[in-house]
Amino acid sequence: MLKINDLDIHQGDFHLAADALTLTPGIHAVLGPSGAGKSTLLSVLAGFDRPQRGHISWQGRDITGLAPAQRPVAMVFQDNNLFPHLTIYRNIALALTQKSRVTADQHDRIVQAMDRVGLAGMGDRKPAQLSGGQISRAALARVILQAQPILLLDEPFAALGPALKQDMLDLLGDVAMQTGPCVLMVTHDPADALRIAPKTILVADHKITGTHDTRTLLENPPPALAAYLNTST
Amino acid sequence: MAHRIVAIITGGLVAVLVLAPLVTVWGWAQTGRAIGAGDWAALRFTLLQSVLSALLSCALAVPLARALVRRRFWGREWVMTALGAPFILPVLIAVMGVLAVFGQNGLVNRALGVFGVEPVSIYGISGVLLVHVFFNLPLATRMIVQGWSRVPAEHLRLAGQLGLRGWAMFRVVEWPMLMRVLPSALGIIFVICLSSFAVALTLGGGPRATTLELAIYQAFRYDFDLAKAANLAVIQAALAGAAAVITVMISGHESVSNTCDRAVFWSHDGWPAAVWDSLWIVAAIAFLGLPIAMVVAQGITGIASLGGSVWWAAGRSIAIAAVSTALCLALALPLTTRWGEVIGTAGLAISPLVLGAGLFLIIRNFANPFDWALVVTCVLNAVLSLPFVLRILRPPAETIRVNYTRLAQSLRLGPTAWLRWVFIPRLRQPLGFAAGVTAALSMGDLGVIVLFGTSEQATLPLKIYQLMGAYRMDQAAAGAVVLLALSLGIFAICDYWGRRDVKD
Repeated sequence: MLKINDLDIHQGDFHLAADALTLTPGIHAVLGPSGAGKSTLLSVLAGFDRPQRGHISWQGRDITGLAPAQRPVAMVFQDNNLFPHLTIYRNIALALTQKSRVTADQHDRIVQAMDRVGLAGMGDRKPAQLSGGQISRAALARVILQAQPILLLDEPFAALGPALKQDMLDLLGDVAMQTGPCVLMVTHDPADALRIAPKTILVADHKITGTHDTRTLLENPPPALAAYLNTST
Repeated sequence: MAHRIVAIITGGLVAVLVLAPLVTVWGWAQTGRAIGAGDWAALRFTLLQSVLSALLSCALAVPLARALVRRRFWGREWVMTALGAPFILPVLIAVMGVLAVFGQNGLVNRALGVFGVEPVSIYGISGVLLVHVFFNLPLATRMIVQGWSRVPAEHLRLAGQLGLRGWAMFRVVEWPMLMRVLPSALGIIFVICLSSFAVALTLGGGPRATTLELAIYQAFRYDFDLAKAANLAVIQAALAGAAAVITVMISGHESVSNTCDRAVFWSHDGWPAAVWDSLWIVAAIAFLGLPIAMVVAQGITGIASLGGSVWWAAGRSIAIAAVSTALCLALALPLTTRWGEVIGTAGLAISPLVLGAGLFLIIRNFANPFDWALVVTCVLNAVLSLPFVLRILRPPAETIRVNYTRLAQSLRLGPTAWLRWVFIPRLRQPLGFAAGVTAALSMGDLGVIVLFGTSEQATLPLKIYQLMGAYRMDQAAAGAVVLLALSLGIFAICDYWGRRDVKD
C-alpha cells in the first residue's frame, strides 16, 4: 500500500497539501483543474521534488527521503520518454541492463514486452521513425520491464487522437491488471478516468483528496471540479 | 551527487591552473625593479595596435557585411562558411600569406615595382595590423551579419515600402543595429589583439613594434630576467583581465559561434549600390583568399623534399593536438553549467604568455622547465580552448539535462551509464565541432612552445618559425602547407565524427 501522510508542498507561491491518503494496487486517475498540482504530486511521489513536510511510505517503509532511483517507482512522462538517438530495442533494454551486451534471457523478455504492446519487429527503429501511438507503446513496454510496484503516468496519451488514446488506455488497463501495480495516471479527460480507473484522486483548491469512487465523484462533483469540468467539456 | 563532486573538482583544478601561475607571477614581480621605458613602449604599442586593429576590422566589416546581406550570388554560402575558417587557421599561415602578398617580394610590391614605386616594408605596425585585420575582419563581419539577421523582417519591409535608400536607410535601420553589435565586436577584437604574440614575434619586434606578450618572451629568452618578465606579465594580466571584463559587460549575451543567416529583404537600390557591393565582396575574397592561395602555391612543390625533422615536428604537433583535445574535453564536460562556464571562461582573460611564464616559474622549483615544454603546451592549449569549447557545449548540454535527467533517474542510470547512453551520444555533434576547434587551435599554436621549446622538441609551427628565421623560405612554405592541411584536416575529421549518422 502507498500511504501519504500530512503532506505539504511549497514551490514559490504554489502550495499543495494532503492529510492522509491510502492507495491500494489498481488504477487511480488523478483529476483536477489545470495548475492545481497534479504533475507536482507525481513529481513528489517519484522523488523529483521534495515536500516541505509529511511522509510517503510504501508497504510500511518510509520513502520520503529516497532519491528517485531508489524508489519502487516507474514513470511515463508527458514527452521525452525515449532517448531519440537509441533504437527502440535499446531504449526498452535500458529497463533491464545498462551494459551493451543483452543476455539471452533479457532479450527474450524484451521481445516479449514488445510483442505485448504491439511493437513486434520494430526494435531496430529510432523513435523518430515511430508514430505518437507507437512511442507511447514503447514507453509502456519499458515500464512493464521496469516492473516497479508503483507506476506513475503524467498525461501519457494527451497528444494522441481519441481512438488511439482509447486503445492505449485499454492496453494500460491490461498491463496493470496483469502485473498489479499501484497506478496513478494524471489526465485532463474525465472519460479516461471512467474508462479504466475505478478510483480517483482529486487535486483541487490546494488539497489532495481521495480516494474517491470515480463514477460517484464525476456524477456529483465538488464545486472546484464542477467548474473545471463545465469549462473543459 | 557524483556529477556535482566531479564538477567541483574540475572547476577547482581549472581555477588552480589559472590562478597559481598568476599568483606566482605576482610574487616574482615584487622582487623586480620599477618599470622601464622599454616596458612603457611595449604597453603603448600593445594598446595602439589593438585599438587600430579593432577599428580597422570593424570599419571594413560594416560595408562588407552589408554587401553580403543584401546580395545573392553564386557561392555566397561558401563565402559565409569561409568567414568562419580564420578562427582555426594557424597564425603562421596567415603571417606567411600576408608576407607573400604584401611583403618585400610579394605580389603588391612587385606590381608597384612595375610603376617604379619603391617596395614598401610591412615589418612593424603595418604588418601586425594587416594580419590582425586578416583574422578579425571575418569575425567582425560575421557578428554584423548576425546583427542584420536580428533586425525584424517587418522593419526591413517597412523601409522598403517607405522607399528608404542610402543615407536614410543607414540612419533608420543600419545604424541602430550597428550600435548594438559594434561595441561588442570592437571589444572582442581589442581583447584578442591585446594578447597578440605570434604576429608580433614574426612581423613586429624592435623598440617600436613590441607587444607586452613579446616583451615577456624577450625578457625570458634573451635577458633571462625573470623579475622583469613577471613585471610585464602582471601588466599584461591586469590589462587583458580588465578589458575582458569590460567586454563581457558591454557585449552581454552576444554569441560569436552561430551565424544565423537568413535572407534579408531589401528594396531595389539601383546599380551603383550593386557595383559598390560587388567591389567589396571581390576585394574581401581577394584579401582573405590570396594569402592562403599564395602559401599553398609556394609550398606545395617543396613538400616532397622536406627534411625528417619537419615530419617529426608534425608528428609531435599531432600528438599535442590529440592530448590537448582530450584534456580540454575532459575538463569541459563537467563544467557545462552556468558556474562551470564562468570558471572556464576565466582563462580567456589571461594570456598564454602570462600563464606560460607563471608555469615556468613554478616548474623551475623542482625540475628543468624546458623538459616540460610539451606537457605545459598541452595543458595550456586545453585551458585556453576551454572558453570556446564551453561556449559550444553548454547550451546543448543544458538541454539534454533538462529533457532527460528525470527519465534517466527513473531508469536508475548511474553516472557512467548516463555518460555512455545519453550524454555523450546526444552531445556528439557539438562535441565533434568543439574537438575540431580545440585540435586545430592546438595544432597551429605558436605561443608557449616558443617560450619553452627547444629544437629537439619543436612542434610544427615552431619548426616553421625556425626555418623562417634561418631564411629557408622554401622549406618554411612547404612546412606551412603541411600545417595547413593538418589543421584543417584534423578539424574536418572531428567535425565529421560528430555529424556522422546522427539521425534521430
